[in-house]
Amino acid sequence: MSLELKSVSKRVGADMHIHPTSLVFEAGSFNILLGTTLAGKTTLMQLAAGLERPTGGEVWFDGRNVTGVPVQKRNVSMVYQQFINYPNFSVFENIASPLRVARVAEDEIKQRVHAIADLLRLTPMLRRNPSELSGGQQQRTAMARALVKDADLVLLDEPLANLDFKLREELRDELPKLFADRNCVVVYATTEPAEALMFAGHTATLFEGRVTQFGRTEDIYREPRDLVSARVFSDPPINVARVVKSGSSIAMGQGVEWQAGDGIRSMADGEYMFAIRPHHVAPKAAGSQPVAIAGKVHVTELSGSESVIHFDFQGNSWVSQTPGIHPFEVGSTAALFVDVSRGLYFDGDRNLVHAGLAQVGA
Amino acid sequence: MAKIILDDLRHSYVANPVSDADWALKQLDIAWDDGGAYALLGPSGCGKTTLLNIISGLLRPTRGRVIFDGKDVTDLAPDQRHIAQVFQFPVVYDTMTVYDNLAFPLRNRGVAEAVVDTRVRTIADMLDLTATLDRRASGLTADGKQKISLGRGLVREDVNVIMFDEPLTVIDPHLKWQLRSKLKELHQRVGATMIYVTHDQTEALTFADQVVVMKDGEVVQIGTPVDLFERPQHVFVGHFIGSPGMNVLPCSVDNGQVRIGGCAIETANGAAWSAGAGSADRPGGLELGIRPEFIHFAEDGVPVTVTKVTDVGRFKIVSTRFEEHAIKLLVTDGQPIPTESAHLAFDRNQARVYENGWVVPAEAAA
Repeated sequence: MSLELKSVSKRVGADMHIHPTSLVFEAGSFNILLGTTLAGKTTLMQLAAGLERPTGGEVWFDGRNVTGVPVQKRNVSMVYQQFINYPNFSVFENIASPLRVARVAEDEIKQRVHAIADLLRLTPMLRRNPSELSGGQQQRTAMARALVKDADLVLLDEPLANLDFKLREELRDELPKLFADRNCVVVYATTEPAEALMFAGHTATLFEGRVTQFGRTEDIYREPRDLVSARVFSDPPINVARVVKSGSSIAMGQGVEWQAGDGIRSMADGEYMFAIRPHHVAPKAAGSQPVAIAGKVHVTELSGSESVIHFDFQGNSWVSQTPGIHPFEVGSTAALFVDVSRGLYFDGDRNLVHAGLAQVGA
Repeated sequence: MAKIILDDLRHSYVANPVSDADWALKQLDIAWDDGGAYALLGPSGCGKTTLLNIISGLLRPTRGRVIFDGKDVTDLAPDQRHIAQVFQFPVVYDTMTVYDNLAFPLRNRGVAEAVVDTRVRTIADMLDLTATLDRRASGLTADGKQKISLGRGLVREDVNVIMFDEPLTVIDPHLKWQLRSKLKELHQRVGATMIYVTHDQTEALTFADQVVVMKDGEVVQIGTPVDLFERPQHVFVGHFIGSPGMNVLPCSVDNGQVRIGGCAIETANGAAWSAGAGSADRPGGLELGIRPEFIHFAEDGVPVTVTKVTDVGRFKIVSTRFEEHAIKLLVTDGQPIPTESAHLAFDRNQARVYENGWVVPAEAAA
């Protein structure tokens, strides 16, 4: 029971909200749409659900063309950012509502509602009204209603975004367990790369209405196919600088040079964009190939467990993220080390040519 | 800029408060230095916005006083307290240009135009708004508008304190870090007293010199981000700060030796605990708290099975099981992780015994 988008696109007036996109989401898979606000995540979800009609291409589900089939005739559940519950119904009735619409027998309704309430830890609240619940409980009620239906396609559009930091952490832990034994296709939209990594599954990176890459989350993270995908999948932003390769050496601006490792030596000589994640830049030499650089510090953010140092490096705004407390003064020059063995090299077209140490610690 | 004192403050939204639950803010006394950056951090409903509104004058406290630089301002309205506020949603005059928005608070007070111009340009430069000065505010994105809100507060030079109520809520997540570090930079340059309310620990810990952690209308701990991380006084602080939060496991103490299940654990304060000083018979009992950052795999120690590995990119969160308890630890990117059974070692300086939620003092109580 897979979901397939075949060159699906959405044009609104003169704007392409979604460029022709082809994707296959397998049954039982957990798929993440990762991108910034307005990248097209919600539109893509609405096209997949039948809430919106594509202006081009087709939507297929379970081997059938469902393009233009309205959402009410599909077997779809949605959970939104703003937890939407019936204010006048008890939690029990909220969860039961889709089953009542489907005219399921009373006994079965009771059994299924209790089962899902138990899974979502709502059993003590079944008699209460949504207004008497905390934000997290309201969102869990909305999720329970979406799940009790046993839909083939479950769409979650940034469902944790309106919740407290700590609550987000807890629900993130619980979510994959809810879908573990089901055969439905799950599509989850988020703006946070860390969330995508935590859920694992498959990720589609979105940028300006296009899916730039789709695959196993870990693979996309370790080997983004282009600089755009690398950027979407980074928070804090990935550090980028121009480098020049001549023979077996790589030079990054003035005075910073290193020996090209295996895999890089065979690349053509010339200019590349070099990208390195903030946690591979540190105040201490670490990793397989640390190279010293100097940066002018804008500001250091200390969070108790780690330090995020924002600095200027050869005209680029770079970030170092490192465990421990490293309070550099604003305006000071910091001596930092880049573990270049972890670097990503992109060619003139911004396509990946080499991903550093992609296999180690994967 | 002002030194702020909150004296014997209590607040209830109910006309005749009776029980503890009727008080949104239970008794508090806080003193804040001039020019500091402070954060009020806690979950929804903890009382942080109530406290902020009392300081700003939007709310009159049921009891107690608010004092700015020795002057009792409790009866003064917000506009008489010389404060600037930045709310969750940007407060901007959409039809005016960015320049006119920033100039407004000064023009309103009859400041000479030449002075207005200098101030506006200085603040616009600090906030990277110079390029947009002539644009209508309505054309800016959410973060641009929030910067205008912030700018209007900074442009006046008679401000006692600048207050932020969850200011990054509507900002795009990938731009949040920019505005966050900009606020920190601004504080360092301008030296204004700033109070920042949030439920997001990253925002609170990166911004503030001192964080007030609140729960259920009470202050649980006040400290620097490092204090709160390395020396949580209450298990709530251990849980709420840190992602993931502190591991808390039931334990026993016998003749100064701390044990979880059958395992002996060395701790920073276990030797100081004695029955009778407090009593482990009361609900809550004794618990061992240790953060995931301070646990590592070792040849021997607490025997566990690895149940799950979650990748966060720069490190992995490894969930393990010890008897019927879950223990999480962090492993940096690239390090090996055992697949089934393993042993855990705890950093003894960071393992602490808590009684009824509160940390047992390392020196034996009198």
